[in-house]
Formats: sequence, structure tokens, C-alpha cells
Amino acid sequence: MASERKDDFAEAKKRWRRLYEEWGTEDVDFTTVSGAPVEPLYGPDDAAGLDYLRDLGFPGEYPFTRGVYPTMYRGRQWTMRQFSGFGTPRDTNGRYHYLLDHGQTGLSVAFDMPTIMGYDSDHRRAEGEVGRCGVAIDSLRDMEILFDGIDMAKITTSMTINAPASILLAFYLCAGEKKGARFDEMGGTIQNDILKEYIAQKSWIFPPEPSIRIITDIMAFCADHVPRWNTISISGYHIREAGSTAVQELAFTLADGFAYVEAGIAAGLDVDEFAPRLSFFFNAHLDFFEEIAKYRAARRIWAKRMKEKYGAKDPRSWLLRFHTQTAGCSLTAQQPENNIVRTAFQALSAVLGGTQSLHTNSMDETLALPSEKAVRIALRTQQLIAHETGVVNSIDPLAGSWFVEAKTREMEEAAEKYFERIEEFGGVVKAIEAGFFQREIGRAAYEYQKAVERERKIVVGVNRFQLEDETIEIPILRIDQQVELDQRSAVAAVRAGRDNDKAARELVRLRTAAEGSDNLMPVILDCARCYCTEGEIIAALKEVFGEYVETPVF
Amino acid sequence: MGKTIRVLIGKPGLDGHDRGAKVVANALRDAGMEVIYTGLHQTPEMIAEAAVQEDVDVVGLSILSGAHMTMFPRILELLREKGAGHIKVFGGGIIPAEDAERLEAAGVARLFGPGTDTRDIVDFIRKNFAQSA
Repeated sequence: MASERKDDFAEAKKRWRRLYEEWGTEDVDFTTVSGAPVEPLYGPDDAAGLDYLRDLGFPGEYPFTRGVYPTMYRGRQWTMRQFSGFGTPRDTNGRYHYLLDHGQTGLSVAFDMPTIMGYDSDHRRAEGEVGRCGVAIDSLRDMEILFDGIDMAKITTSMTINAPASILLAFYLCAGEKKGARFDEMGGTIQNDILKEYIAQKSWIFPPEPSIRIITDIMAFCADHVPRWNTISISGYHIREAGSTAVQELAFTLADGFAYVEAGIAAGLDVDEFAPRLSFFFNAHLDFFEEIAKYRAARRIWAKRMKEKYGAKDPRSWLLRFHTQTAGCSLTAQQPENNIVRTAFQALSAVLGGTQSLHTNSMDETLALPSEKAVRIALRTQQLIAHETGVVNSIDPLAGSWFVEAKTREMEEAAEKYFERIEEFGGVVKAIEAGFFQREIGRAAYEYQKAVERERKIVVGVNRFQLEDETIEIPILRIDQQVELDQRSAVAAVRAGRDNDKAARELVRLRTAAEGSDNLMPVILDCARCYCTEGEIIAALKEVFGEYVETPVF
Repeated sequence: MGKTIRVLIGKPGLDGHDRGAKVVANALRDAGMEVIYTGLHQTPEMIAEAAVQEDVDVVGLSILSGAHMTMFPRILELLREKGAGHIKVFGGGIIPAEDAERLEAAGVARLFGPGTDTRDIVDFIRKNFAQSA
């Protein structure tokens, strides 16, 4: 009987396939935005072998394919966290109050390039860059201004900072401390993911070895003193923005995650001491189902490895919690209002994929930093999804879709293949040094560009449905040249107003600590407390650690 | 058969967004040009020096950090100082239209925004190089 029905199924499928071929299809590539092939139809045969309890389980239960919490959005909505920062700390503080007043539920700091690269605003290399693509933070004083009027014991804050993460975390903790918030009350995230810097985002300072030592110092310090802090946000976002495919984003990000776990274990930490504070950060690109499958596969892979390979026993160590940002690289400068729609689709995929927090891009980000109105629409997009679409009512509603389950498994298997290749290089750092990730991503980016130029991929408003003589009619946020001058005077005033002997002594202590093997965080906190600037702290560490140099490949 | 066009693709400033620079470098190379890529985090001095040393015909600069109003004029000035004012400079990145107009008025040959077809850049370089040769 069963085999008879199986024959019927095979027969019916053949019949449909014949019709499908006879009817014919349009001459375009039926592939995902990553170029992965997609079948015209998925059925029970594509999800064959799927074992519900083993492969999916219930929400909040191993292997967490369906979500990390038993209640998901019924228990708590995702955090609406718009990445924001520009100009001086005072300018950005104003934007934070605006966002909080409009219902945003967490903060996310965008720093300017000099802060990201460890230069003070008055350094020669900072020229022209101060406050341009984020807020300029030079010392504890700037952090105090940035959070003026904000309850740091209540709000959670994410900081997109990597090479100097230890310093910005120290500024944040000290700013809170001065307002009476205890270290163990303050919650938030530092990105602190240096591996993806070498791979994709390219904002490094030190070479890999000392960089990873700083990271394990942060993990150990926070485990003891700042238990609500997410110490690394292992990021696929930038890998994807640099042009990777969805599978590469998934595989390279998780491989970075495993490398941090291995570094923590090698530094003598118990995996369950730090793993619960690791979190992830993914991109939400335009290919709706591919993205949802990516998030589901990520949770399953992480849970399995953490439990089976790294021997984590605390279930919280198995959870892949993640933040999502919609894909900046998918937005177009042409007909920018269309970006509102792109972002909405992307945000919906992140929610259906079970994200814990979300940033929605603003329509004008291919032109400049977002204006206040554009940011409000982006935030409203999330509120619309949460309150009007009804998608939050049921957990992981696409589970059991033959397509989604087949795609989830396919991505998991493709990621496993990449893990093997990375192993063959001798691990992530060795693969970086060999230029493996950089070449893979560069190639994928160029292939995509060619597909668009050959019109195998359609981008609305760019290679089809263009407007003749289009003029942009949305207001642009402009950063005044005065910002740089003001910030330079501010950092000079900090240096003039502090106890300079004490600051110099702390910097010497820091150099000594860097030469040894003690945890650097307590010394960096002392440097912060006496208003050493970020540039000074970085310069002291550079003397000991040196600087990373990349061999450029294209 | 003309001589092969030599292009330096440069990433001035502190940002690490090298996707555009690399895509353009690949496209120009596939179009038969000789392409040198500076790598990231270059100062204007490093780029001007490389342009002269490598004896290029064209320099393409990619900037996504908002520092374009500082970087482009500085590099043009340095090239002139080095007696290499004949080297054409074009660029791309997140550059508002108003700034692009000002930079083009100040001597930048052309700024290509997001969504540019790389074949337009190839055509532009061929046309302009043919005029100056």
C-alpha cells in the first residue's frame, strides 16, 4: 500500500514535470540573490528523512531550529534597535532621545572612522573623517555627553566597535559608574569581532594574536563583573555587505564563532562561563526564503557544535541569539523611496527567521547618513510588522514548508563543506592569511555585478524600470565642517583639564600589562577613569602589539 | 593598437569598504587595462606617490566614509605638486549630488554613484584617455 502510494506520487510528479517542461518558462535565472539554484517546486520528497524532534524540536529546545525561546514574540518582542551616530556626542545624544521618544527600545552606537580605527579627532589621519559616518568619541568625557539624560542601568546599548572595543566598553562602564549604575546592572553588546574585520569589514588595528588575547580578556572580565554584557557579536553582516553569498555569510560567521570558542577554551576559560554571552549579527538580504533558511540553519549548526563538539552543558551556551540588520548593499540610489519597500521585505524575513533584535535601514542611506524622517519610517516599518501583520502570533510559522526545510538543510550542508575547507587551511586565522575568505567574497561580489549588468538579475530602478532624468527629492543629512573643529577643541580641553601625570602613569602601567599576560581590562578602565584618550590608549598598545598589514587581493 | 591604459585604484581614508573598489578593479582588468590596487587605509600622499611611481594614466578613488570633500581635492593638489597634473582622477562612493558637482568643478573627472554599470566606467576611461594621449 505504502509503496503503491509512493509510485503514485512519483507518477504524479513526473506528469507535472512533463507539463512544466511543455509549458516552458521565462528566460531568466531562477536562482536566489546568492546565485543558488532553486527548484520550481518542493514536495515531501525534498524533505525526506526530516526527523521532527531531531532536526527541528520545539521552540526553546535543542537544536533550536524553531527559535531560541519557548514563547518567542509572544513572550517578548524583538528589540527595535536603530544603529545611529553622527557628528559630536551632543548631536547624537539628541538623536537618541528622539528615537527613544518614538518607541525605540534599545540603543545602538555608530562610531566615526577615527574612533573605529583608534585615532583621536585631532590626529592627522582623522582629518575630514570626524563625525562623518558615526559619532566621534575620544574619551570618557564624550561618552558622558553621549548618554546624558539616559538611564544606563535600564537601557541596553549595542556598540559597533571592534579593534578598540575594550576601550569603548571601558568608557561606557565608567560613564555609567559615574551616574551610579553598577557594572552588573549594565547590559549591552560590543561587536568585538575582529576576525570578520580581517575577512570583510577591514577595520583592524593589531595583528590577530594580540587582538584575540584582548577579546579573551574581555570575555573573562565580563563573565566576572559585567554578566549582562554580550562580549562578542559574531558578525556576518559585513561579510554579506562585502559581497558574499548567503551560504558564505552563514559559514564564515559560524566559523569565526567556533574560533572564538576555541580561543576562550585555549585561554583556560570554561566554555559555559563565556559562551552564553556570545551573540550573532546577520544580514537580511532580499531573497526571502533563503534568508529565513539561513537563520534556521544557523541556530541548528551552532547548537549541535556547542553541545557535541565543544561539550557545553549549559543550554544557554547552545543558543544562537542574533541581531539582524537589513541589507544596505541592496538599497539603490535610484528612486530611493523604493528602499522602504525593500527594507520591509527584509525585515519581515528576519522576524520570520526568529531574530532577537532588528535594525531597519533608512531609504536615504545610499546617499548619506539618514535624516530624521527616514529613520522614523524605518522604525515604523518594524512597528508595522510587530503590530499590524499578525506574523508574530505563531512561532516559526514557515516550519514544515517543504521548501523552507529543504533549503535549511541544504544551507547547513553547504556550510559544513566550508568548515572542512577552513580546517584544511589550519583554521580561520590561517585562512585569512592565505586570503581565502577575501577571494571568495570578492569573486561572489564580482559575479553578482556581472549578473546585474547582463540583466540576469533585475534591480528595479537600476537596470529595469528606470526613470528618465531622475532627480532625488528627499532631504539629505549634512555634517557641518564645524563638527571636526569642535571635536578637536573638545579633546584638547580634556587633555588640558585632567591630571596629566596620573594619565601618563596609567599608560605606562598599560604598556607593562600588555607585555605580560594579566587581564588588560582593569588597567584600561583605570586609563579611562583618568581621561586618557582612545588614541593614547591605542598608541600605547600599538607599541607592544604592532599593527596588522593586509596583502590586498582582487 | 594604442598603448594599454594603466589605472591605479585607491582607497583613501579610514573606511574599509573595498567591495566597490575591487569590483571596479576587476572590471577594468577584464576590459584589458592594467590595474594596480593600493589596498586600504591610504593617505593622500601614499596614493599620489603610487600614481607617480606606477606612471598611471588614471586614478580611481573609492570613498564611503564621507571624507570625500577632504580627500579628492588633496590628492588632486598633490598630483599637481608632483608635476603629474595630467593624471586624471575619477571616483565613486556615497557622495551626495551637490558634493559631486563641487568636486567635478574642482577637477575630478567624474564621480560614479551606486548602481553604476562598470561598462560606463570602462567607456569613460577609454574616451578620456584617448583624448589626452
